[in-house]
Amino acid sequence: MLEVKDLHASVGGNKILRGVNLSVPAGEVHAIMGPNGSGKSTLAHVLAGRPGYEVTKGEVRYKGKDLLAMSPEERAREGVFLAFQYPVEISGVSNVYFLKAAANAIRKHRGQPELDAIDFLALVKEKAKVVDIDESLIKRPVNEGFSGGEKKRNEIFQMAVLDPALAILDETDSGLDIDALRIVAAGVNQLRSPERAMVLVTHYQRLLDYIVPDVVHVLLDGRIVKSGGKDLALELEKKGYEWLEAPAGSR
Amino acid sequence: MTTAAQAPTFPAEVVRWREQFESFRTGLPEAEPEWLRTLRSTGIGAFEELGFPTTRLEDWRHTSVAPIARTEFLRPPASATVADLAVLDTIDFGHAFARRQLVFVNGRYAPDLSSAGTTDGLHVRSLREVLDREPQLVHPYLDRQASGPGRPFAALNAAFLSDGAFISVPEGSVLTEPIHVVFLSAPGSQPTASHPRVLVWAGRKSQAAIIESYGGTSDAVYLTNAVTEITLEDGAVIDHYRLQRESARAFHVGTLCATQGRASRFASHAVSLGASLSRVDIRQVFAGEGGECVLNGLFLGSDRQHTDTHTWVDHAEPHCTTRELYKGIVDDKARGVFVGRILVRPGAQKTDAIQSNKNLILSREALVDSLPQLEILADDVKCKHGSTTGQLDPLALFYLRSRGIGEEAARALLTYAFASDVVQRIGIEALRTGLTEHLQRRLPGPADMKEAAV
Repeated sequence: MLEVKDLHASVGGNKILRGVNLSVPAGEVHAIMGPNGSGKSTLAHVLAGRPGYEVTKGEVRYKGKDLLAMSPEERAREGVFLAFQYPVEISGVSNVYFLKAAANAIRKHRGQPELDAIDFLALVKEKAKVVDIDESLIKRPVNEGFSGGEKKRNEIFQMAVLDPALAILDETDSGLDIDALRIVAAGVNQLRSPERAMVLVTHYQRLLDYIVPDVVHVLLDGRIVKSGGKDLALELEKKGYEWLEAPAGSR
Repeated sequence: MTTAAQAPTFPAEVVRWREQFESFRTGLPEAEPEWLRTLRSTGIGAFEELGFPTTRLEDWRHTSVAPIARTEFLRPPASATVADLAVLDTIDFGHAFARRQLVFVNGRYAPDLSSAGTTDGLHVRSLREVLDREPQLVHPYLDRQASGPGRPFAALNAAFLSDGAFISVPEGSVLTEPIHVVFLSAPGSQPTASHPRVLVWAGRKSQAAIIESYGGTSDAVYLTNAVTEITLEDGAVIDHYRLQRESARAFHVGTLCATQGRASRFASHAVSLGASLSRVDIRQVFAGEGGECVLNGLFLGSDRQHTDTHTWVDHAEPHCTTRELYKGIVDDKARGVFVGRILVRPGAQKTDAIQSNKNLILSREALVDSLPQLEILADDVKCKHGSTTGQLDPLALFYLRSRGIGEEAARALLTYAFASDVVQRIGIEALRTGLTEHLQRRLPGPADMKEAAV
């Protein structure tokens, strides 16, 4: 599904990613862990195509295609979804209409008929159950005045509606209390499927108690320095990141 | 050596207006009361002394009225052609704002197009007709707010005061339907000027909504120099809408004054869409405790349009509230100006005032000058102001695109959404709908994306 080879990227002239290699097959959930500043969020945004995040070297194949050659909207239409760590508040734009426009842009790209208002509302009602999101939130302006937990639920709700093939979840657990975390994690687990790959970017092991990954990668100074099973996350929780040797020449 | 007083010499453009005034004066009804004649001569005298403002004056620093000063405006023709009147059908965007309307063509009342009347103490009439028949009705209120030191355009309006709208809402009366006052300019081949006046009196605990629309025939050069004065007695509620849709080469100067009695509520919604050069001054005064003032505004500028709004809110009394939100969108080489002043006078305790101005710049050569000003001379008050001017938020654009929405559509959506929170505050549905549709057509980008705005 996703093949990242020797990916280097800079933001504002600062080198953040220094040769990331990553392979995520369909049906698997991969966690990317690392301390602050290791490049986790940068990797997530580079994969989604954020302007200003400059790829200086390497390649990314998604379903065999050159992902880096696509605009952010093309990536989304091809099935890439980024759940933001800080979902953007957009006053004056209704959540439900924004999502309908997005869903239909994706459907059109896939050659599917666009949904009318009635069909779309039925879809929304069904998907709202995934994260137990209040329907009144769906009609409000995008993320405006939402609590931290509501914003994160809204991200997973959007993911459920847009039905991506590759979901990248950037620090989805940050700012969530334990109840909200359980709901969001249960929503994500419902969306696990043999056709879908997921990349969870997280600082803490806590999220992985609820969303059990197939593979855990440790990102340090812009490179993946260790990969392993779900037990690696527990080891990191116990021992921190210091015991992992920084890659040669990175400092 | 001569001791005789020298007659002052005025610049040529001022002399031109004096000459026009003299000719205008000879055509006025002979039976007019003395106070009205005095009001006019005081007006022309004040204008002569002041002349056209220059950018050296603080209030006019960002707006040059030189194009108005150098244009020779004639008095407009008495009536409009049928073709000109077609503009009337578009002035409300095809959505009838109100069943009751007063229409003025070139500053003169057009009875055939209007539904004036007096019922149960409610007056919705032509000011000319009231001046002719019952001048005592307007005498206590006419020009008591608009004229003042340093206001040359209001003085010029007073000099040429002749017609306009008179709306008087009796005590306790609640009007369920808005009143629409339309000023249509249809000049001939030469530039012309009109100086309409609107006078509104809202009795104790009365309620009314009034829309003022300004528009003109396309391609015409003309000047609209309008003055509106509104008096709110204690507990009165007035929703005032000002829709400026002058033609592309027109000049528009407007003054809106409101004085609020105790526990009254005045809401002004000012939308500036047209004219090559427009300047609107809104001056509000709290004359009693516990009043509430809402000032909402939206201006759009494209091509080389210059749109200037100045607002003055005077917290002269304690326990009053102001909520002000102005938004501007400028594209191409357009320029916008917002100067908002809130004065909290000594003793105006418990004042609660919030002012916000936000501007969106869509092109490299567009520009907005924003100057919010709070002057607080009381100590127990809650006041804040803010001003932001910038381009579309890149992160919001990325967020929309990351969901599959194309870049152009995302830009259109965010631009419309920026304007929509002012539009959504408009309480008259037909006006809100009409304006929404207009913005969807006028703002760049595919229209279907903008339906997403709430």
